[in-house]
Amino acid sequence: MLRDITIGQYYQTESLIHRMDPRVKLGGTLLYILSLFFFGNFWAYGIAVLFLAAVIRLSHVPFRYMVRGMKSILFLLLITVVFNIFLIPGTELVSFWKLTITQEGLKTAVTMAIRLTLLIIGSSVMTLTTTPNNLTDGMEKMLKPLKVFHVPVHEVAMIMSIALRFIPILMEETDKIMKAQIARGADFESGSLIKRAKALVPLLVPLFISAFRRANDLAMAMEARCYRGGDGRTKMKPLVYQRRDRLGYVCIFAYMAVSIAVGRLL
Amino acid sequence: MGIVKTQKLTYEYIRRDEEGNVEGITTAVDQVDMDVEEGEFIAILGHNGSGKSTLAKHINAILYPTEGTVWVDGMDTGDEAHVWNIRQTAGMVFQNPDNQIIGQVVEEDVGFGPENMGVPTREIWERVEESLKAVGMYEYRRHSPNKLSGGQKQRVSIAGVLAMHPKCIVLDEPTAMLDPKGRREVIRAVRGLNQVEGITVILITHYMEEIIHADRVFVMDGGKVAMEGTPREIFSQVEMLKSLRLDVPQVTLLAYELQRKGIALPNGILTAKELADALCRVTGRKQHS
Amino acid sequence: MPIILDHINYIYGGGTPLEVKALDDICLQIPDGQFIGIIGHTGSGKSTLVQHFNGLLKATSGHIYFHGEDIYDRDFSMKKLRSKVGLVFQYPEHQLFEIDVLSDVCFGPKNLGYDKKAAELKAFEALRKVGLPMDLYYQSPFDLSGGQKRRVAIAGVLAMEPEVLILDEPTAGLDPKGRDEILHQIKELQKETGMTILLVSHSMEDVAEYVDRIIVMSGGRILYDDAPKNVFSRYRELEEIGLAAPQVTYILHELKDRGFDVDISATTIEEAAETVVKAVYGNRGGR
Repeated sequence: MLRDITIGQYYQTESLIHRMDPRVKLGGTLLYILSLFFFGNFWAYGIAVLFLAAVIRLSHVPFRYMVRGMKSILFLLLITVVFNIFLIPGTELVSFWKLTITQEGLKTAVTMAIRLTLLIIGSSVMTLTTTPNNLTDGMEKMLKPLKVFHVPVHEVAMIMSIALRFIPILMEETDKIMKAQIARGADFESGSLIKRAKALVPLLVPLFISAFRRANDLAMAMEARCYRGGDGRTKMKPLVYQRRDRLGYVCIFAYMAVSIAVGRLL
Repeated sequence: MGIVKTQKLTYEYIRRDEEGNVEGITTAVDQVDMDVEEGEFIAILGHNGSGKSTLAKHINAILYPTEGTVWVDGMDTGDEAHVWNIRQTAGMVFQNPDNQIIGQVVEEDVGFGPENMGVPTREIWERVEESLKAVGMYEYRRHSPNKLSGGQKQRVSIAGVLAMHPKCIVLDEPTAMLDPKGRREVIRAVRGLNQVEGITVILITHYMEEIIHADRVFVMDGGKVAMEGTPREIFSQVEMLKSLRLDVPQVTLLAYELQRKGIALPNGILTAKELADALCRVTGRKQHS
Repeated sequence: MPIILDHINYIYGGGTPLEVKALDDICLQIPDGQFIGIIGHTGSGKSTLVQHFNGLLKATSGHIYFHGEDIYDRDFSMKKLRSKVGLVFQYPEHQLFEIDVLSDVCFGPKNLGYDKKAAELKAFEALRKVGLPMDLYYQSPFDLSGGQKRRVAIAGVLAMEPEVLILDEPTAGLDPKGRDEILHQIKELQKETGMTILLVSHSMEDVAEYVDRIIVMSGGRILYDDAPKNVFSRYRELEEIGLAAPQVTYILHELKDRGFDVDISATTIEEAAETVVKAVYGNRGGR
């Protein structure tokens, strides 16, 4: 159950998308998400789907892997859809008991569902094809101008990359502690909300202690390997734009232009 | 002076209760003198709480002596100015394989140290390649560390230190959390570093079978050096080891038991073959008499 | 016969290309009062297996009977099973969470519905059984040494008064002193209570001295299930799957090969010394 969250997980293949500069992928994902909220009609969504499908195809990551990430937000998606269907006023379509479904509601619900699905899959394409280190490198370099305003860009990037590395480890740990407490008769699944919240104490206390212990160990290990912040550091994989990256930018802007044109004109 | 030298090294820490009042002072390392020559393979043995890990952390300038001095390659660890040089000269590998790998991909992790040192990009790649090859993990360079076994993770950690081109590597119980297979892998890699690359190794452990290949062994107890000598000299003193509650290899124990039962065997037998040879000699001699 | 496993299979990630058969057709009988070692290297399926005994993992196919009842029956109480089959995980000290030792050990009995007083009585008894010094009962578990923490964690399961106690690598990460103490304590516990104990380990040396029966796991299957000396006699096959027999076995085989008339089935130092002495003096006497 916890293992199914794919966001922040890297899937290794040797594809073109994988080798692309993280800045292209970051910028591209951002623009793609933005584009999803500017669309006026379903034709544009068709283009968005095609574009995403093409990128997924190029990335060689099995589609199944991406959909697995959707499972964890299925609930959120469902709530959004249900709220939109029933709560938006407009031309009545169907009505039963106290609930009415309106034409506008249905349309918004479908739009929202498509937007969210594309948004999640779109961003997981980025995280699945980019190592967290690479991603934070990209972010660090993109945000470097903020350093002038004393924003600790390198530190924030480092914190994020470490957090991402430890997500799977802490997930596994949670699973293990949970099982161990269940073996001692703990019950995480029944009872009132307050009772359930209380039942989490035997899970959360050990988890926090473990996280702190790990953080401590890691800090020591990093210092032992001469880590002293971002100054004077060189990069093993410095970010230099290649031909494929420029091509990537061209593709993204072309996509933006086409989708906006289609959204506005058709 | 050797690569690592300690003189009357003492480390004390203050225990405090919940309100922060001083409860007492614990002496974790007590007047330790040690001199390690370049290229040596040193093992430091002792049970938990014997002070061996505290001692190790001094060599990497993670801890500083309360009293006494530690020199690494002639540099006093108490001198702020040398800290980064010392950490580069004496690399350190820790116990928990999960808590010392920073990178999400094996090669990125190995590159972390050189990056911090400001090594030029092209040279980082060369160092990463040679280090991963030295520990036999090159084919895993693109893997996620989470998918590796414990022994493989520790070898990656060793490569990460190796890429910093240290003169000396301190390994603080690198095998304590591994299964026998992982332990063998790590020890093989460590011996390789020492014999092939000529790097000084200081191995901290509580497994007796891992110290057999060391040039010299220090046994720690209660913060002090309780025994010092070659593995054979150490293993000859079965009673002493038992009183320190340390493990003795079964073959050494058996030889000791046989001695007590009146069979004239030499002290400090370390392998099954040695025992068999010695027994042949003993029985052979008896045949003649 | 408290536990019977009948053709148990367990498959991870079923239906995906990452499908792994973690347990492959396991049949086992665990009689009352036995002290059993389960040996295998990492990934052999031994930890997966023991999590089936108390229903934490559900088999993909097969049946498990506890005192003749199928634990997968709808009206079978898993909670009751978990109180009867205690499972101590690897590094169990990582689950401690209470402010003092006694409260932590009380967690199990309280979950079973005992009131504070009854739970504390059980906790006291459990802490005594694991040999924790009395003056530590009201200390924070986080201030204890590694070995002591582990005892507290084991007591936390013992306090539920299980009939079967399963320990997954109880000596992992301990030094030789801590290891011997814990193993000794477990043996004492078994002698005192006569409970069934399953000890999961990757070290033959750990279990050789203590157990009546060894189950060797490899690749999700049971490779051997026999008395220790019979298992160790297969030391060459054991080596092929990355395990090793106790060093004593190797020594005795070496001696046997050199023509000493030793009994190769000895598993402890004492037994080995005896047979070697006999062989050496016998050698001399014969000539």
